[in-house]
Amino acid sequence: MSEMNEKANATRTVLDVRDLTVTYNTENGPLDTVRRASLKIAAGEIYGLVGESGSGKTTLARAIVRYLPGNGRIKGGPVMLGEDNLLKLSRAEMRRIWGKRITMVHQDPAAAVNPTIPVGEQIAEMARTHLHMNKKEAREKALEMLNKVRMPDPEAVYRRYAHQLSGGMLQRVLIATALTTNPELLIMDEPTTALDVTTEAVILDLIHELLSEFNTAILYITHNLGVVARICHRVGVVYAGELMEEGTINQVFKESLHPYTRGLLGCVPRIDYNKRTIALSAIPGYIPRPDRLPAGCIFAPRCDMAEEDCRRARPPVVEAAPGHRTACRRFEELAGVPLSASLLRRTREPRERREGPLVLEARNIKKYFTMAGSIFSRGPAVVRAVDDISVRVRGGFTMGIVGESGCGKTTLARCIAGLEEATAGEIELEGQILPRSAAKRPPELLKKIQMVFQNPDASLNPQHPVGLSVARPLILLRNLPAKEIDKRVRELFQAVNLPEDYIHRLPHELSGGEKQRVAIARAFAAEPALMLCDEPISSLDVSVQASLMNLLVELQESKGVSYLFISHDLAAVSHLSDWIAVVYLGRLWEVGSAEDVFAPPYHPYTEALLSAIPIPDPDVKQKRVRLKGSVPSAMQIPPGCRFHTRCPRKWGEICEKEEPPWQDAGNYHRICCHIPLEELQRMQGEGSIYQADQAKGGA
Amino acid sequence: MAKYLLRRFGFIVLTLILASVIIFSATQLLPGDVAQVVLGQFATETAVENLREELGLNRPLHEQYLSWAGNFIKGDWGNSLVSRLPVRPMVLGRLKNSAMLAGVALLLYVPLGIILGVIAALKRDKFLDHAIAGVSMAFVGLPEFVSGLLLISFLAIGLGWLPANSSIDPESTFVEAFRYLILPAITVSLTGLGYIARMTRSGTIDVLRTDYVRAADLKGLPAWKVLFSHVLRNALLPTVTVVAMGIGWLLGGLIVTEAVYGYPGLGRLLVYGIQRRDLPLIQACSMIVVTVYMLSNLGADILYSVLNPRIRVGK
Repeated sequence: MSEMNEKANATRTVLDVRDLTVTYNTENGPLDTVRRASLKIAAGEIYGLVGESGSGKTTLARAIVRYLPGNGRIKGGPVMLGEDNLLKLSRAEMRRIWGKRITMVHQDPAAAVNPTIPVGEQIAEMARTHLHMNKKEAREKALEMLNKVRMPDPEAVYRRYAHQLSGGMLQRVLIATALTTNPELLIMDEPTTALDVTTEAVILDLIHELLSEFNTAILYITHNLGVVARICHRVGVVYAGELMEEGTINQVFKESLHPYTRGLLGCVPRIDYNKRTIALSAIPGYIPRPDRLPAGCIFAPRCDMAEEDCRRARPPVVEAAPGHRTACRRFEELAGVPLSASLLRRTREPRERREGPLVLEARNIKKYFTMAGSIFSRGPAVVRAVDDISVRVRGGFTMGIVGESGCGKTTLARCIAGLEEATAGEIELEGQILPRSAAKRPPELLKKIQMVFQNPDASLNPQHPVGLSVARPLILLRNLPAKEIDKRVRELFQAVNLPEDYIHRLPHELSGGEKQRVAIARAFAAEPALMLCDEPISSLDVSVQASLMNLLVELQESKGVSYLFISHDLAAVSHLSDWIAVVYLGRLWEVGSAEDVFAPPYHPYTEALLSAIPIPDPDVKQKRVRLKGSVPSAMQIPPGCRFHTRCPRKWGEICEKEEPPWQDAGNYHRICCHIPLEELQRMQGEGSIYQADQAKGGA
Repeated sequence: MAKYLLRRFGFIVLTLILASVIIFSATQLLPGDVAQVVLGQFATETAVENLREELGLNRPLHEQYLSWAGNFIKGDWGNSLVSRLPVRPMVLGRLKNSAMLAGVALLLYVPLGIILGVIAALKRDKFLDHAIAGVSMAFVGLPEFVSGLLLISFLAIGLGWLPANSSIDPESTFVEAFRYLILPAITVSLTGLGYIARMTRSGTIDVLRTDYVRAADLKGLPAWKVLFSHVLRNALLPTVTVVAMGIGWLLGGLIVTEAVYGYPGLGRLLVYGIQRRDLPLIQACSMIVVTVYMLSNLGADILYSVLNPRIRVGK
């Protein structure tokens, strides 16, 4: 990456933002949501702007293109694009900049493509408007751009509508659109956040490849540190509207000179450590609201290095090393301190993972959904969401379930919880066979399985004080006297680290992380034997994710509960899980202990997932194993091995014809694949991220 | 698409059967004995009994229904109990009149409502938006006999531009009738306009907020192009449904307006039938109104699916 930097530095500056402040006029007076931001991006450079939600990164991007809502105002500046100060231009003049000199790629590709116009047409209109092409030339140009973004079958895709394309393909369309005019600056706002990890990896590769061809300057906005480390040259870390640190990837990720950056990096679970070895170093507290900013350093209230002077005055941004700027007063003390020093190591006697009673044994679970057929159609279509999955969870352990969206992992959890009635299969809890539907389970069985959902907003009654939500299971499932309930609710709030006075608050008065804590407290209220956590941290910010993962680990240790932890986030799963099951298209492909699953030999699908995870460490070199195309529909499952259509290691014709056998790799590690284990081991042997990182001893 | 249409058509047939059962039952529930009503208070027992026999009122209800429905499909809609004339030409003539009025009204208020709605959406929360909302709501709230009389006193009596009375000859052609259609059409448009404008406004605002409109803006397309090719096509989808519902209302529900202008439309015929317990007339009018509703909704659905590729082309 260093020679790329030299190349980037040698070329001209495309964007130069100086001292930019964005103010929103709100009912409570003006609010500065971005304050005194400065950054420069050169041609051919990818500048990562990273920060948590509400940090103002999107506002900054909108201010640069002068596309703020009516109540937004810009102070400071200039914002130079080449020789032009964008802040001096009229709206009409900006329209000539948009699309021609600056283009954007937006977060949710499915929403950013007009649903009623063929996608190719939406690329062609760019060429007609800015390149003054006629209809035919514009069409040729659009096809050429679709080719450039490696779109399979561009002619056919040209005529398609948004709903006929997958998220990854739509994002390619948007990238093709954005590059049509060969703009000077391309702003990408969370372009891969809405995509699956394997698709994300493909799109990131594409961006990287296209960069050399187009020599565009890219402002890449994301909350994901791993993504930044993978594709950016330089990075700016924003917090609550201010730039905290800026530098090259190596400077920021390896020699960070700001406690906030270090805090963020400590929050991210790593594949090479897990809950047995470290606790995540969550950042205490929450991002300050823009109307209640601390007087001094805005990070001081959450910073463990803060001293009196930090709280007195806002520290200036200083250049600590060439190209490395930080807003921390005490950066000199951080220089030379390796990041790993902040790892909170745990010394915990590893428990034998086969010990303890079996809590859950789900055997051959199937869940088929029948799509509404009618008297006029030829028989109903069947969606095989879960197609013969068996899992076991032992007392006090966590079984992690990973897979891309739509693979059936949530349906599986809902079947176990009885929220969906499984089409076939047996669910045995602590030796007792459960009725398939929750409606038929008596309260004493219901209380044993509790669920934490992804979106706490949707799972907490907005009309009820959160204390009442936590009390509900105590009343309904445990039938406790009123006095006892009060006491238990207070204990539960304490257990999830929420202040007691929160009991009387309504959900909307809580932050996302706090709401999820309430949801966890509610699940624990029933004193379950098994908790099903369905993406419980996915919608939360990195620093909040870390504290919730720590909370889950603590509660498991103190209460001995078992988790079924479902997530598409492999790093989170690897951190929390003792056992891991990999799901694709309604089937299990690999099961084993967390260490075994993440080390070769692994199933080719697991391998692709692992190679796709963005790792926030520029030194980790991952092998590039990429999946082709997108997940087939669960209505038309491919014959033979259902992964063969995308498998990067397809073995031969046998994959298309026969269902693969389960192979035993020892230590209860099993892989469902036609390729013999020795062969897998040989192909995957070296270059596993897990081992590479171990060898280095962890950065 | 073909399958979709076939299914929709099947639904319409089912709905019509259901509607015919309801209409038939409802007319049976009207108070008073039909034969008695027709013959008047002072008719003899025998005369009433004879008429009951003649009308088939003594037969079981389901038989009555089946024979009525069967005849209706065959085109025999019965004779008026009052005038003894066949109902069909009467109803179809009025339907033609109503269609003429509906056509003029639609051409008047749909484009105007859309334009006002789009302007209101573009000037959201500014003076023009509030002005459009206020005025159009005032018109929606104004009863038609008030707005109608106001229009008559200004445009017909005051300025003498247009005839105050629209009781046209049943045989008149569209061209002949046109002069007489304008005032009633304006009157109903004042009501319809508000609905269209509001629907268009909210549809447009929703679309203006979408990511794809933001993306189109930031592609640097000219503002008019963003409006016409990206916003309107999506924003007008809900309006299509409102227009279709308006057609049913225009054809069967304009009782007050038709009365104010003395216009011989379907609505007044229906009221006339109800006042005189003229069962075949009520049944025929109601069936026609229901059918028009169904067909205009089908039309709306087809138009909707043409405008919306998510329905037109599958995955």
